[in-house]
Parts: sequence; structure tokens; C-alpha cells
Amino acid sequence: MAAKYAIRKFDAVIVGAGGAGLRAAIQLSEAGLKTAVISKVFPTRSHTVAAQGGVAASLGNSEEDHWHWHMYDTIKGSDWLGDQDAIEFMCRKANEVVVELEHYGMPFDRTDAGKIYQRPFGGHMSNFGEKPVRRSCAAADRTGHAMLHAMYQRNVKANTQFFVEWQALDLIRDAEGEVLGVTAMDMETGEIVVFHAKATIFATGGAGRIFHSSTNAFINTGDGLGMAARAGIPLEDMEFWQFHPTGVAGAGVLITEGVRGEGGILRNSQGERFMERYAPNAKDLASRDVVSRAMVTEINEGRGCGPNKDFVLLDITHLPPETIMKRLPGIHEIAVQFAGVDALKEPIPVVPTAHYQMGGIPTNYHGQVVMPQGNSQNAVVPGFYAAGECACASVHGANRLGTNSLLDLLVFGKSAGESAVEELKKSPKAHKELHQESIDKTLERLARLDEQKGGASVHDTRLTLQRTMQNHCGVFRFADKLKEGVQKILDVQKDVQRTEIKDKSKVFNTARIEALELDNLIEVAVATMVSAEARKESRGAHVRDDAPDTAANPNGRDDKNWLKHTLWFKEGNRLDYKSVKLTPLTVESIALKTRAY
Amino acid sequence: MTRNIQFKIYRYDPDKDAKPYMQDISVEIDATDRKLLDVMVKLKAKDDSIAFRRSCREGVCGSDALNINGKNGLACLTAIDDLPTDKPIVLRPLPGLPVIRDLIVDMTQFFKQYHSIKPYLINNDPPPERERLQSPEDREELNGLYECILCACCSTSCPSFWWNPDKFVGPAGLLAAYRFIADTRDQATSERLDDLDDPYRLFRCHTIMNCVDVCPKGLNPTKAIGKIKDMMVKRAI
Repeated sequence: MAAKYAIRKFDAVIVGAGGAGLRAAIQLSEAGLKTAVISKVFPTRSHTVAAQGGVAASLGNSEEDHWHWHMYDTIKGSDWLGDQDAIEFMCRKANEVVVELEHYGMPFDRTDAGKIYQRPFGGHMSNFGEKPVRRSCAAADRTGHAMLHAMYQRNVKANTQFFVEWQALDLIRDAEGEVLGVTAMDMETGEIVVFHAKATIFATGGAGRIFHSSTNAFINTGDGLGMAARAGIPLEDMEFWQFHPTGVAGAGVLITEGVRGEGGILRNSQGERFMERYAPNAKDLASRDVVSRAMVTEINEGRGCGPNKDFVLLDITHLPPETIMKRLPGIHEIAVQFAGVDALKEPIPVVPTAHYQMGGIPTNYHGQVVMPQGNSQNAVVPGFYAAGECACASVHGANRLGTNSLLDLLVFGKSAGESAVEELKKSPKAHKELHQESIDKTLERLARLDEQKGGASVHDTRLTLQRTMQNHCGVFRFADKLKEGVQKILDVQKDVQRTEIKDKSKVFNTARIEALELDNLIEVAVATMVSAEARKESRGAHVRDDAPDTAANPNGRDDKNWLKHTLWFKEGNRLDYKSVKLTPLTVESIALKTRAY
Repeated sequence: MTRNIQFKIYRYDPDKDAKPYMQDISVEIDATDRKLLDVMVKLKAKDDSIAFRRSCREGVCGSDALNINGKNGLACLTAIDDLPTDKPIVLRPLPGLPVIRDLIVDMTQFFKQYHSIKPYLINNDPPPERERLQSPEDREELNGLYECILCACCSTSCPSFWWNPDKFVGPAGLLAAYRFIADTRDQATSERLDDLDDPYRLFRCHTIMNCVDVCPKGLNPTKAIGKIKDMMVKRAI
């Protein structure tokens, strides 16, 4: 294939225009740097738009709250796998970034005093775990939509340069390990362009589409993770996936935890509020991993609802209709559309559904990508930043609290942007010479796809991948299933290497895009399965049958051997580990404790 | 229980087609295929060259707007059971915008109009330490305005937008304009009204109300346009 491509030079290139990418872009554009934001969809179509319940900040608008309590909750929620320096940083920054958003024009709901409205959310408590606190700042149940639009609008004001409907293909990383930009394809024309940059920020979102049943959009294919893995960057803690308790049974569409924050109750086939047995204190507002496991246990023990006893019910019929229509109008709409239920009158059928990737590209709290090198476990990868769901700072550890994802993308989108601005202003330098080998590899991958004959179908291969992940790496994990899963996913990988598309058109070829996305999905799937098989303990969202609750290891958590982050390397399908940062920035370490709600 | 669904789909790939044509294609669906988008994903598995946009599949991202049996709507919110099955389902790109390929239109003109109304909060006071206060009643004024997903179902069903896409802001852009006019935190109301006080930008709306009829989010751009017109009348007297 004639390897033709153009080269364009920028100070910075941001890949992804969801919450994290747009927040970083505000930073760079307002600093006057020449910035390109590449997105495979128009910015307001990014998956941040689907976030519902709110963004966490200890504003204390309705009752007393404190960032230190929020920090405690986040560490406890993470089952102590989160890095305490990054968590302190995020919780302390929360008020600032949420207030900024309000200044950008975000239409938050309001209290009677005119302040930002806040509602309770799972795992967020006052006074170090005492009782639920109103910390989630919300715009009805459309917080993500309101936020994404407000940040896109701010970027319009800042005149940010977008490359809309461009698919990023690969990272350009030279022999010294420095990142020099990305290769990307204009979807409308098929043209290949090298974005040569001094700073590259990944904000590509998660890869929830590795699972068959997922709340995630079609576009959530882990493109940033695939690109990073192919460029030799490890992926951190990929065994930790959040299954959201309340996806609409069958459809998978998300029903916000804010429903339970507003007073919604989960019930089994006997009408029992079963969470009282599993989490006597927090009940329906326990952490997501805890609620999801309780639901699956109810279903497994025969107390599920419906003809196949395979879901439970989310009941809000006891709430005043005006509360539902004011605070949860979108949920009312979703229940009608996707469950065929009027939630004012009938409960909504729900099941735990794959939702969020706690792991990702390893970064520090400045948003700089880090990896082991020489004596350092966390050496900075020059020129490379990541934020949002694609990154692992790590603030969510083994389980994320609801509303901390929107906070994560604001705080670390901003800090990644700030770090890049600082670095660019500190050492004004010319663009380093491009690395031809990185570019050639991408061109070879494209040529392979164009020339493949008698290959595997993209649709079928993706379906096998998703079913393999669902069956072997779900809410509860089993040693034998994981072992088998590793073999199966490696078999799927072989098919991914020989996918074939019938459509060879240059113009808006979505078949080609889906094949390229599958190249990224498979990296995430392999990383997940291999990391999960290797971690021989139960922690947060990762719970195995051979690591049960014992006196020595309550909840199956084994701090002696497994209080460490996993690092998966594509090359050699190899695992490494690094320590968890237990020392915060200014306060005392939150000491290890058994997790109960 | 499976059944067969017949389609007529607008096809055009400038890379190989001299002109657009309608493709007849059918697909087996089962009970889990509830929405039109579910079925379109199946169609694409059968013929990978059918091009359309899609993302969230729950009606909030605004990607999969198209013309379904002659009416604009989102594929992900259209129940397959609500479409008549005695004749093929006809899928066409949104009308009034140039087609890039198949069901994918070039939305440049649509976004240009959206951008033209300065779709961002303008407040030149130094930002306070905390949030700007807004009463719940003032905040309620934004309901029915801020929820727009920019899918373009409305503007591309509007004859005024078809005739003057470069001059008439269109229902989506005007809804956004009123969203900022109605926001008590915004200080640019009179500039915003000045900008719209033009025979084309605002006054090409002839209250045909196709926009209201097709909005998948149940919003009412005509009402917002009416409120802008009222404000102009009020400030003129």
C-alpha cells in the first residue's frame, strides 16, 4: 500500500473530547497553546453525556461536609487499593472544579438558598463512615449531559480547535520512550495524518464494551488503552471492573444510583428490602460492588423476579410523583422506553451491568503517565498525559464510588492540562524528530486490514470476545473459569489479528473503524482476564471463589500478599506489580480496615 | 420467536456510486431486538457497508438521528413494534443537509448556526469564590431548554431551515439562544436579542411546528422562539 500521510504540528494534541478531554482543552486553549482535540464523535456525543446522578464535592450546601470525610470514603470504597496522595488531591480540589463548572454555566439544580443542589449517593458518608451525606452535586438526573455541554460551550468560547470524527490510531513513541503525538484517520475521507506534538493527552474513556451486557456506549472501546499498550505502556489494575447495580434488565441502560439517593429501594421476589441484611447501616446506599454482589446472591438463591427469576426490582413507587418528575425525569423516561414500565406506578426490573473500568493507563496525580524504569516504579513518560476513565491515578482502586468519576475527569483533566501547559512553558523547545517505526507499524496494520482475505468477521469476533469476558470475568469470579478464560481470550486474540472487512471504501467507512476499535478492545480484554486470573485474593469489585471471607482474611482480602497494583504489559503478556501509595499529601494515612457498610 | 423485517435504505458511497439508490434488505430479528437501532446493528452485521452514526443507544448523545418512514427521529428510541410491518421500513438520511455517505449527513451547517448564537454563558463579573446563586424558580426557567442533545431532528424537519440553512438559525440554535437568554446568570441578553433581530436569523420561523412534532426529547423550540419574539416586542415599546 502506498504509505501516504500528512504531518501537522501542534503544541499539544488531546485525544478524546468527553469530560476529561474537554476540561484539559479549556486549560490549554485558555493558555494560548496551539492545541488539537481529536475525537471520533462530535464532542457532545461522548459518553460523559450519559452520566446521570451527579459529581461529588464536599460543598456542604445542605449539611456539614468535609473533604477529609470524602477522602476517607473514597479510600474505603477503593478497598485500600487507591493511592492516598491522588485521592487527597482529588477530594481537596473537588469544590474548586465544581464551582468552576457552575461559572461556565452548568445548570445545576438549586437549594432554596440558591446554592448547588446535593443528594446522597452510595458510600458517601459524613464523619468518617457514620451516615449518608448529601455530597452529589446534580442537574436533575442529567448531570453528565449538562456538564459535557457546559464544557463544550466553554471550549467554543475559548476557540478550541477540534478534529471531529477523526479516529486516533496509534501513539508515536520513540526509542527513548518519549511520546511525540498520534497517528489519526479522518473518518470522512480516510486520510491519514500524523499529529506531531510536544504534549499528548489521552482522554479516551473506558472500554466497557469488552462485556456483553454493559451500560456503555458503542464508542467505549478502550482506544487509548489499546494505543498505549501497543506502544509499550503498561495497563494498571485492569482486573477491577465495576458492575453497576442498576442496569435495566435486558437492555443494559443505566439507572442512576441517584434513584436510591432520592429514596429508591431494591426488592427481591418476596418484596423484601434485602440490602438491610447485607449492609445494615448504609442499606441501599452501600458501595456499588457490595450492592451488585448482594443482588446476584439474591438471584442465585432463587429470590430473583420475573418468569426466569433473573432480575430484582428497583422500587420508587412510594416517592411523591413530583419528586420523581423533578429530580429523576430522565429515569422516568428510560423506564418507559427501555423497561416498558411507568416508574411512578411499578418497580423497574434491574440487574448488575458492566459499567466502569477502575484501571487504566498509570498516571500520577499531575496527570502524567508513569511506568517502571530503572529504580523507579513511577518514572514519568515524557510528553504523555492521561485523564478520566482511560487513566488510573489511582483514585478508585478496587471499586469506585458513584459521582467520583465525574469528579475524576474534572480534577485530572484539569491537572493533566495544567501539567502540559507548565511543561511547555518551562522548556520551549522545537518538535523532536518523528519516529518513523511507530508510523510504519500503523500503516502496516491498516494495510493488513485492507488486504485480509478469508478472515474473521468483526461482528462475530467482537461478540465472542464480549461473551467470553461476561462468562469468565463477571460479578463473581471463579478460579477455574478465569483459567479457562485466559485461554479463550487468547484464542479470540488470534481471530482479531485476522479480521476482514468487506467494505473497502475510503469515505466514512464505519466497518473499518469497528475493526480498528476491536484491535483496542482485545488489548483491554486480555489485560483484564490475565490480571484477574493472577490476583489470588478478593478485593473491591474483584471477588473470587477461592479467596473467601476468613478470620485471617476478612472479605477474602489478603493485604500481606496483594496490597499492590497490577501492571500488565502487552509485550510477552507479562505482569508486574507496584506498591500502593498509602501516604497522603498532608494528612495521616487512612489505616487499613475491614470494609463494612 | 424470530421474524423477518424488510427495509428500504438510502445508499450512497461517493467512492463508488455514481448516484444514490434505495437498497432492499431484510433481517431476522428476535424478541431482544426492541429498538430500530438494535435491528440496524444486525443489518450491519449482514452488510458491513451500511454506514450510520450511533453511540449511547439510550437517547442522550444525539448521534443516530435519521428519517424513519418519512419522519425524523432517533433510531435508539424508536420501538420496532411501533413501525408498521406490512411494508418495508424506509430509512433515509436527515433531509436538508448534504449526505456524506448512506445515512450520514454533513452537519457543518447545523453546528455553524448553533455556534453563531454564542452558546456559552456570558458574565463579565469577576467569578466569585463560590457558585453564583440562582433561585430554584429561576433555575426552573432552563427546564425544557438545556436538555437539547443537538441531534438535528428539529432543524432538518423545518422548511425554513431547508430554504435558508445559512441565514436562519433554525429551531435547535434558537432553543439554545433562549436557554442563555433565560439564564439569570447571563449578562448578554440585549446583545443576544440584537443579534437575532434580523429578518432571517429569527424571523424565518413561521411556526410550522415540525420541530416540536419530531423532538425526541419532547422539547418545544417554537415556544422558545415565541418567547424571544415577545422579548423583542417588549423592548421595542
